[in-house]
Amino acid sequence: MLEAKAVTKSFGSLVAVNNVSLAVAPGELRAIIGPNGAGKTTFFNMITGFFPPSSGEIVVEGRDITRLTAQQRVELGMARTFQITEIFPELTARENVCIAVEVASGYRLRPWLSRAARTRVRERIDEIIASAGLTKQADRRVGELSHGDQRAAEIAMALALKPRILLLDEPTAGMGEQETFHVASLIRRLHKHSGYTIVLIEHDMRVVFNLADRITVLDQGSLLAEGTPTEIADNPAVQSAYLGSAK
Amino acid sequence: MSTTTADTVFERPAQRSWLPTVAIWVVLLTVPLWLPWIGGYTALAGRVLVLGLAAMALNFLLGFTGVMSFGHAAYFGLGCYGTGLTLKYLSDSTPLAMLVGILLGGIAGTVFGALIVRRRGVYFAMVTIAFGQICYYVAYRWNSLTGGDDGLRGFQRQPLHIGNWIIDIQNNPVLFYYFIAAVFAVCIGLMAFLLRSPFGRTLLAIRENERRARFLGIPVERHIWLSFSISCFFTAAAGSLYALLNNFADPMTLHFTLSGEIVIMAVMGGMRAFWGPLVGAAVFVVLQDYISSMTVNWMSFIGLLFVLVVLFFPRGLLGFVRAYSEK
Repeated sequence: MLEAKAVTKSFGSLVAVNNVSLAVAPGELRAIIGPNGAGKTTFFNMITGFFPPSSGEIVVEGRDITRLTAQQRVELGMARTFQITEIFPELTARENVCIAVEVASGYRLRPWLSRAARTRVRERIDEIIASAGLTKQADRRVGELSHGDQRAAEIAMALALKPRILLLDEPTAGMGEQETFHVASLIRRLHKHSGYTIVLIEHDMRVVFNLADRITVLDQGSLLAEGTPTEIADNPAVQSAYLGSAK
Repeated sequence: MSTTTADTVFERPAQRSWLPTVAIWVVLLTVPLWLPWIGGYTALAGRVLVLGLAAMALNFLLGFTGVMSFGHAAYFGLGCYGTGLTLKYLSDSTPLAMLVGILLGGIAGTVFGALIVRRRGVYFAMVTIAFGQICYYVAYRWNSLTGGDDGLRGFQRQPLHIGNWIIDIQNNPVLFYYFIAAVFAVCIGLMAFLLRSPFGRTLLAIRENERRARFLGIPVERHIWLSFSISCFFTAAAGSLYALLNNFADPMTLHFTLSGEIVIMAVMGGMRAFWGPLVGAAVFVVLQDYISSMTVNWMSFIGLLFVLVVLFFPRGLLGFVRAYSEK
């Protein structure tokens, strides 16, 4: 589904990501973890087209997308969320999703919509708002919502793009217990019930070990380990990277 | 024409959004009846509408796309000169002269916009000033065509001929005021219509969060360019009306002080509110008229008011009224 082949990114003399490969199967939920500065977000940014890799290849469903722009990747079905929630704060949750739905339906340059198209858009918005669990908050400005609901709104916008791959950059960053649980169950629902292929970066280990099918561990820009949650938990290299080498 | 984000897909309390629109139109359409009683004159009301249109056109870009231009006088002035030159040298048709002015300003904005949409923030604002100043100096130096420093004189708006009807906007100031109001209505109606559309919502998206807009698949540069062009066309329409209003094209209509004044009007009135810039223009123009009859330093008073508004009502005069009425 999504494949990275020997991807490297250097900024000047700093090698942020060094020769990392991974392959995500359709329907899989893959977590990318690693200590701070491990290159997780840099790696993510290359997958989503924020900037191109210095070398290596990124392939989605057999197609080389290494040089495509972010917008072209969105059209191929890759939708992302950001570490710091990126939403339209002064608009309501419904308006946020509406913009995403209209763009995804190819209406972005339309000066008007037919009644039928408007009805379709409205139904799709309701459906997405419901699947993100935002029905009650739909008409409030998203800037006023709780952190967890803002994240849900951001994910809802990503869903509106009918993505084949959802890329979530630290979806529970900066959240309390309750909110983390709320967002984690939303992700689980999207994975288990709606069958989305999801790649996520995450700091909260409980979230990672509860949700992920497979885990990729990065450390100092390189691939340290990959495997199922149990394999990763038992891996001595991972333990030392996280706990510091106990010589 | 709702005062907020204007949309068709969502049901909002209809009464509230129509109330300001109705109130403003009642005021605008009755102006010639009551203005003389409070010591105003009809041409002053015309000035409010013309500069209000320019400020609302700028606000299409500033308030609803989130992009700052400090050079909108260029398109206003080109509209003004295009109309004046056509009336003076080419034709005695007012509508044709307006069309030439609007196309001149609008197309100049469209071409220039294509060159600069990749710049952002201060850089964007700076190049817009630079382009405006180029236009100003061309008009200032090209004596034989534009009249240079003295401005372009020697043309007059001509009566409208519609079939056998003649509408004498030349000699009847009240009719001419209603003519301005009609053009104003068409222009802001079109802008409101665009802002309610899916396209208009992509502009709000860019204003709210450019990065998110990009990752939704909106080609941000292209949409900013379209918004800039649309804004320039309507600004040129305002400039064209300005030439007709004064029967004169002044090089100062191209100068960046006017660009700054248009920005002040929009911000002072409230750039998040659809009608805000019109309110700002009304306050600006009326105060300017009133204070400049007493002192040449009128700008310092308006400047002071502007500072007070920004400090105490950061959402502008209309933004403040709205927030207060929603409490």
